[in-house]
Amino acid sequence: MKHLKARNCKAEAVMEFLEAEDGGVKALQDDAAPHVPAGCTTIFSPGWEVDATGGTANLCQPMERDLYDCYKTCFWPAQVPDYLNNNPDWHSGCASATQDWRKIDLIFP
Amino acid sequence: MTLVYASELKRFSAGERKYAFLIPSSMVLELDNEVRSILDALEDGPKPIEALTTSPGAEGALRELARVGAVHRDGAPDIPLTQLATPPEPPPLSTIVLNVTNSCNLSCRYCYEYGEDRLEEPAPAQVMSVETARQSVDTLFAESGRNDKLQITFFGGETLLNFKVIGPTVDYARQRAREEGKFVDFSLTTNATLLTRKISQWLADNRIGVTVSIDGPKEIQDSMRVYGKTGMGSYDIVAPRIKELLSIYTTRPIGARVTLTSKVIDVPKIFHHLTEEMGFYEVGFAPVTSSTGLDYAIDGNGLDQLLEQFRALGERYVEAALAGKYLGFANLSDMLGEIHEGVAKAYPCGAGLGLLGVAPGGEIGLCHRFAGSGDHDFGHVKTGVDASKRIEHLERGHIDKRIDCSTCWVRSLCSGGCYHEAQVRYGDRFRPNLHYCDWIREWTAMGLEVYAKLLDGNPEFLDRFDQRKVA
Repeated sequence: MKHLKARNCKAEAVMEFLEAEDGGVKALQDDAAPHVPAGCTTIFSPGWEVDATGGTANLCQPMERDLYDCYKTCFWPAQVPDYLNNNPDWHSGCASATQDWRKIDLIFP
Repeated sequence: MTLVYASELKRFSAGERKYAFLIPSSMVLELDNEVRSILDALEDGPKPIEALTTSPGAEGALRELARVGAVHRDGAPDIPLTQLATPPEPPPLSTIVLNVTNSCNLSCRYCYEYGEDRLEEPAPAQVMSVETARQSVDTLFAESGRNDKLQITFFGGETLLNFKVIGPTVDYARQRAREEGKFVDFSLTTNATLLTRKISQWLADNRIGVTVSIDGPKEIQDSMRVYGKTGMGSYDIVAPRIKELLSIYTTRPIGARVTLTSKVIDVPKIFHHLTEEMGFYEVGFAPVTSSTGLDYAIDGNGLDQLLEQFRALGERYVEAALAGKYLGFANLSDMLGEIHEGVAKAYPCGAGLGLLGVAPGGEIGLCHRFAGSGDHDFGHVKTGVDASKRIEHLERGHIDKRIDCSTCWVRSLCSGGCYHEAQVRYGDRFRPNLHYCDWIREWTAMGLEVYAKLLDGNPEFLDRFDQRKVA
């Protein structure tokens, strides 16, 4: 905003919200570069792909590792639990994605 | 023709800079010239859009004002009072106040528990047992849900009359916190008459937050805070004990809590004595709770005088803050913290919301002031909290239900004021405390001015109130 300046925490939060609303969902817009998690192949996030047969069984990394890219770097609410409100600890059993991804449990609403 | 209306807001300034405090969102916005011209034009009533958008930048300015809810169109409703409905179930508790005894060794003339304004006849002396205190701790943990930072406050009567229950309760609560992966903090209020070196050391060793009830220098303290049988003043007893406490316990700020009466309204003198001469970190002032007609009640002129004195102390606070120093005027700090955060309350305080009080016998009340009063029973620590009572309280106490508050610009900060004051004054805890509305509005306006001066002169000072940094 050009004419109004936020001068307390509440106003900052509202301004942030309004600016995000104005921007829309940037990752999915044509005029913006799609969001690609930085260094995806080196951080066990090979994601967004299928194997040679069009399935996911033969990916070089298990597809569950994509979860973290659906979580904070690019929130994809249909795929991961609502970590902001209801399930902040959904991945608490998984200290290291490379080791423990099998421990991520399902969340039933 | 589309008319534009100004929504509710309070404008204030410091020097050249102009600000608006929006109601009910509690946003603080700095306004540029274009926005100011629009708001000026709307001060005497709604205007057509065309009349407001004559200059090149005005259209953008008007759009921004509309986005934040500072103006609205003809027919468009104002932003509702609060977006929050009453929760379907009571929110989890974070704080419990244990009235470890209802007895007191002083008989302060204005006391709501023993003075002329008590809600009930004095109950026989009661002390909380270790068992009841443990059950209270269990109640807090059972009702704490996902809150992982919990607070236990020990209160009275005079808290230290039952000091022996506090140690085991602290130990037990810490053990429970370890088991549950939570953090528990403790605080205590005392009149300081029973402090000993050993107790002060224990408080320091256990990092118990301490507030001392004291009214000021000898002549002021001794006019109201007296021993029951003899009427003897308590200053000479408490002063050396407080000094000892402050010399032993230096790792956590210790505050003084002053009750002001019509007899002596001398904020500068009291403040000077308690900070400079006694060594308290902060001093909070509260006008005495009273029904009308009592000679110590502060009304009319006394409230004006109090406001002037608060204003003068506020100016000293600003001077100190601009020099990067902190003056421990707790009332002002509390308000600045709320303005900085942008608190918009649906309820005046945490009572019934995240806080409950427990009477010595284990009965649960709305807060420490109500605990033990039969009319306000929210359950018992043996049987648990009565959730339906909490829901009923939250429904009836919501700011949207307080018609008198619906047009007041400070409603999102004040929210009607103390339930107990209203109970004493009007016999109904849900009634807004109309007797000090004007005062609260003027005091809040003063707080906004101070906030503006700090934004202008030393915005970094406000970081100390930044909740997000604290968290």
